[in-house]
Amino acid sequence: MSSATERYYLPHNSYWPILGSIGLCALFVGFARLLTGANIGSTLMIFGGLIMVLMLVGWFGTVIRESQSGSYNQQVGRSYRWGMCWFIFSEVMFFGAFFAALFYARVLSVPWLGGEGGEASTHLFLWPDFIAAWPLLQLPDASQFSVAKAPMEAAGIPALNTLILLSSAATVTWAHWALKAERRRQLIVGLILTVSLGLLFLALQAYEYRHAFTELNLSIGSGIYGTTFIMLTGFHGLHVTVGAIMLMVVLGRSLAGHFTPLGHFAFEASAWYWHFVDVVWLLLFTFVYWL
Amino acid sequence: MTESVHAHADEKPPGLWRWVVTTNHKDIGTLYLLFALLMFFIGGSMSMVIRTELFQPGLQFTDPLFFNQMTTMHALVMIFGAVMPAFVGLANWQIPLMIGAPDMAFPRMNNWSFWILPFAFSMLLSTLFMPGGAPAGGWTMYPPLVLMTGDAFPYLIFSIHLMGLSSLMGAINIIVTILNMRTPDMNLMKMPLFVWTWLVTAFLLIAAMPVLAGVVTMLLTDRFFGSSFFNAAGGGDPVMFQHIFWFFGHPEVYIMILPAFGVVSTIIPTFARKPLFGYASMVYATASIAFLSFIVWAHHMFTVGMPLAAELFFMYSTMLIAVPTGVKIFNWVSTMWRGSMTFETPMLWAISFVVLFTIGGFSGLMLAITPADFQYQDTYFVVAHFHYVLVTGSVFGIFGAVYYWLPKWTGNMYNERLGKIHFWCSIVFSNLLYFPQHFLGLAGMPRRVPDYAIQFTDWNQVSSIGGIGFGLTQLIFVYIVFQTIRSGSKAPARVWDGAIGLEWSVPSPAPYHTFQEPPKLAEGELQHEGT
Amino acid sequence: MVLPGLAASPAQADFALNMRQGVTPISREIYDLHMIILWICVAIGALVFGAMFYSIVRHRRSKGAVAAKFHESTLVEVIWTLVPSLILVAMAIPATRTLIAMEDTSDPDLTIQVTGYQWKWHYRYLDDEVSFFSLLATPSDQIKNRSPKGENYLLEVDEPLVLPIRKKIRFLLGSNDVIHAWWVPDLGWKRDAIPGFINESWTWIEEPGTYRGQCAELCGRDHGFMPIVVEAKTEEEYRQWVESRKVAQRSEQALAEQEWGLEQLVERGEDVYNKICAACHQPGGVGIPNVFPALKGSPVATGPVDAHIEIVMKGKQGTAMQAFADQLSDLDIAAVISYERNAFGNDSGDMVQPAQIKSAR
Ligand code: HEA
Ligand code: HEA
Ligand code: HEC
Ligand code: CUA
Ligand SMILES: [Cu+2]
Repeated sequence: MSSATERYYLPHNSYWPILGSIGLCALFVGFARLLTGANIGSTLMIFGGLIMVLMLVGWFGTVIRESQSGSYNQQVGRSYRWGMCWFIFSEVMFFGAFFAALFYARVLSVPWLGGEGGEASTHLFLWPDFIAAWPLLQLPDASQFSVAKAPMEAAGIPALNTLILLSSAATVTWAHWALKAERRRQLIVGLILTVSLGLLFLALQAYEYRHAFTELNLSIGSGIYGTTFIMLTGFHGLHVTVGAIMLMVVLGRSLAGHFTPLGHFAFEASAWYWHFVDVVWLLLFTFVYWL
Repeated sequence: MTESVHAHADEKPPGLWRWVVTTNHKDIGTLYLLFALLMFFIGGSMSMVIRTELFQPGLQFTDPLFFNQMTTMHALVMIFGAVMPAFVGLANWQIPLMIGAPDMAFPRMNNWSFWILPFAFSMLLSTLFMPGGAPAGGWTMYPPLVLMTGDAFPYLIFSIHLMGLSSLMGAINIIVTILNMRTPDMNLMKMPLFVWTWLVTAFLLIAAMPVLAGVVTMLLTDRFFGSSFFNAAGGGDPVMFQHIFWFFGHPEVYIMILPAFGVVSTIIPTFARKPLFGYASMVYATASIAFLSFIVWAHHMFTVGMPLAAELFFMYSTMLIAVPTGVKIFNWVSTMWRGSMTFETPMLWAISFVVLFTIGGFSGLMLAITPADFQYQDTYFVVAHFHYVLVTGSVFGIFGAVYYWLPKWTGNMYNERLGKIHFWCSIVFSNLLYFPQHFLGLAGMPRRVPDYAIQFTDWNQVSSIGGIGFGLTQLIFVYIVFQTIRSGSKAPARVWDGAIGLEWSVPSPAPYHTFQEPPKLAEGELQHEGT
Repeated sequence: MVLPGLAASPAQADFALNMRQGVTPISREIYDLHMIILWICVAIGALVFGAMFYSIVRHRRSKGAVAAKFHESTLVEVIWTLVPSLILVAMAIPATRTLIAMEDTSDPDLTIQVTGYQWKWHYRYLDDEVSFFSLLATPSDQIKNRSPKGENYLLEVDEPLVLPIRKKIRFLLGSNDVIHAWWVPDLGWKRDAIPGFINESWTWIEEPGTYRGQCAELCGRDHGFMPIVVEAKTEEEYRQWVESRKVAQRSEQALAEQEWGLEQLVERGEDVYNKICAACHQPGGVGIPNVFPALKGSPVATGPVDAHIEIVMKGKQGTAMQAFADQLSDLDIAAVISYERNAFGNDSGDMVQPAQIKSAR
């Protein structure tokens, strides 16, 4: 207990947080200005974004250096693990809000508008021509929206994407085994495979979005079906992107010879995140595309 | 990195810069507390505008739109700017001291959690000067009304995103600190109750804040990107917003009260000189309240026209919360029972908390009775309820905590006489301020109105007088705090003779770095175990 | 100081300390529920605070009290978990009964559709072809403290909702813009009016009288200025009122068939403007900067007349400017547009005939 190196590592003054706050603030104020049609909105956003990138690279760089220099003991590692778990839990709740919106629309609001569940008057007096259905293509009042021609099929790209993400979960686990068994080649191959599968997934999703926008006329403005479809898959895609970047960093660090069978928090965190993104996709596939 | 683990000597950069870059939990705790005080005054000034306008029927000083802006901003500033940061500040100062940790688990992230806040609130407050004015749709931001906000709208949304991010990182930090940084001798069931309540609160934050972030994002896309979450024409429903919002909103109110429960559970045993009664049941009650808080949200929405079964479910689940909360109240009373009590200022706040919070809880229970809520909802009865739990509950809890630990933080004793004056004025004025609001609500005065029918005049005048009095009283508090920081008699390590716990084993003021070695728990070092 | 306040409340109902008993069987049930819970809370409060203050007085160190050592007792902890639970059950039973009764909107004798607008109520009697808007009648001089306030300050309307007594009246509540809530305390409930959906509720009024209420959900700038007045009449008087309403509506329609002169139109338009439009665009057409555009010198009110007709009839999506086509008659729309084009120094001399509006529909 008393040997100095076993003490909890406490970093000293740091400039990264305040830089991050400035970056975030610039980013958001820029976005707000863009949305309200004020000037220099996009410039501010780019400026803020660059600061954020600088901050993240700098901050994580510092952490990696500290880790490599052996400043962290096991207790620090445990802190990081707990931190990551709770962060992922918060992400689960974030997605939960959007899934809640999806279920609310499917189970409650759309049927109500169609006259079910004691809402006969709503239907009779306000939307007499509306027929409830899911996926919702015929809207109660289409005049404000760009109506979609057809729903997104589950077979085809989405099914393929499911397969891709599931395989990437397998490859990242395979890489993890390798890391623990100190088989560096397998570790690197596994990570390369995982990252590639992730990128393939994103490419396919981009293609699918194009199909949705151009051929199906399905967009965020196509009523609640399009809204939930785009918001859920969009946020998921964003998370896949973040996960892929994390894995790329881990790949780079593996190439640089970081990580030991006992100390590889960054790897674990990225892998957990990747599995989380995977599970979200399975739910998405089931409730957004399939059922 | 060359900073060696030995370099823990106090290296504080000179001047204000120190506060910007610090990673020390005590510095950051101080920052949080001062920020909260500032916000309390800003939010309070807005409430003074409200109360002055309501002193008489007729429009006196404000345009109705500006009045609505004041109501909305008052609530947002008080909740997200004053009460929550104050509790995080207390957590920052006290949790490492109480569990024998050298600092928070993630000191750098701790700095970031704080330093997002000034930016978030600058953004929010700047909306007051924007075309179309500040948000005026109530702190609950119900669409479609809130979608009609002027240029302020995206700033409102983004400032909430920032506050959410700050609370989230703060909560992760606290939860990990508690789970991973305790001195090895302290298992979970030996933790001080303040630590326990914060553990549960942090969990509530992590579960609730992302939901708020999600739902305001939906507002943003509905306004700017053509989505139809809250628009029936596209298959959505404005009420959907309310469900998701209150799924966050109800846990949020317990986020603002659980740490105060922890404070009271710490203060009462100290001044009763008797171990806390029913430590284990306190822990279980806290956990049950947290669990229940996730299944009662729709009690804020009884009048939206839910199916009967839903109304019944939410009525019953809400009523249930009275049971674990009652357990807490009874335990506090039993702790006092046959104690050897003295009544220093912190104890006075704690006792008044027990009484006034219970009154607020009673009106909460009345609101939970659905048919009766059809009358109470959106009247001043609700306003009275939540100010009893929030002001005479949470804020009084914070006052108690500040008086209790201020000598530990500053090394100086506050002025007991002034403290008592602050307390008694607050008690008298806050009840003058809020108690008549029950009558107003029952008699039929709606909330969020700048003007009212003449039969409501008398009680509004009483309430406004109470309000101004209560506001002025808080100036005493500021004086006391700054006087204590600058002068005052030196405080001993164990400031209160009945005080037990690790934080009292270090000198006052607490050194910049404490517990670099995990401390051993001496016999009788835990408050609830009895000596 | 707090308990006596609570205890005094029922006795002094005249001083508006307590909930109103109301004039329907349900409102009385709710009042009783309210009183039961209130007294239970007072009793529990008396016990808990009593015990606490006893202990504060007796067990203080200055009186030489020595602290006891006990710090738990499973038995009492179980008791004070169970007893409150039982009390809660006792409260829940009558509450459930009342709630079930309130939700039963079946078999009404008549149905009224209530629609909230920023900031007025619209009533439609589905069984008789009668419908009208109901607006705040308090003059703005009283609100601005320029003249003394009347007895029913802020609780008076131009056209009250007239209802028969001793009939089961079903309400269909909806909204045209944002969420409002329809609340008359004497009827015992409020219910939100939500755009895009219809909520149902019902009442059964026991005695004739005038019952006043207000919008109870924040709905924008003039939320505090959209009162509700219900006039409950006997069946007979109620029928008479319905018939006279119908006659009035017919003669109104006849007026719209005529060709109108500019002066008449402007004169009528001024009334419409002050009643309906001035809430936002303000008397004198000056608007509120960045919130409600000024009509004085506005490009729309001085430009081509078609654009003016268009925005008044169709409104503007996503803003507070509503579509007035369904709210106002052809005549009133024609009149208000003519007024706006000639008032506030917009002296264009333009004139819009009711027939023009009719064809624009
Ligand atoms: C700190 C914040 C806080 C706390 C702790 C509470 C606690 C409670 N609240 Fe409150 N509430 C708010 C903050 C809070 N509330 C806010 C801000 C709003 C308004 C939001 C808005 O619309 O802007 C609100 C609104 C609100 C409503 C909606 C009213 C409406 O809009 O119509 C309801 C309805 O059920 C409610 C109920 C309760 C209940 C049952 C409790 C319970 O937790 C209380 C439990 C405590 C007790 C009951 C007392 C002690 C118990 C005993 C001594 C045991 C024995 C007692 C019995 C058996 C009776 N609250
Ligand atoms: C923790 C939260 C919190 C706190 C601490 C307070 C504190 C106060 N609140 Fe607030 N309030 C809310 C949360 C809170 N409130 C919420 C959530 C709402 C609902 C909003 C909505 O409807 O959307 C609300 C709404 C609300 C209303 C109803 C408005 C309406 O419906 O239109 C009123 C009216 O009286 C009110 C009054 C007050 C007063 C007088 C104080 C006082 O306790 C404040 C005292 C503090 C000070 C005054 C500052 C310090 C002193 C000075 C600055 C010195 C100078 C002072 C003078 C000039 C006298 N509040
Ligand atoms: C609830 C508030 C409200 C009411 C009541 C209201 N308006 Fe408006 N009106 C607005 C708003 C907001 C706009 C601005 C819309 C926009 O953003 O273009 C507007 C715009 C207009 C314009 C276009 C002005 C311009 O220069 O762009 C005209 C003309 C107008 N209203 C006429 C009327 C008339 C006539 C009535 C009454 C019959 C009326 N309004 C009632 C809120 C209101
Ligand atoms: Cu309509 Cu408030
Ligand atoms: Cu609640």
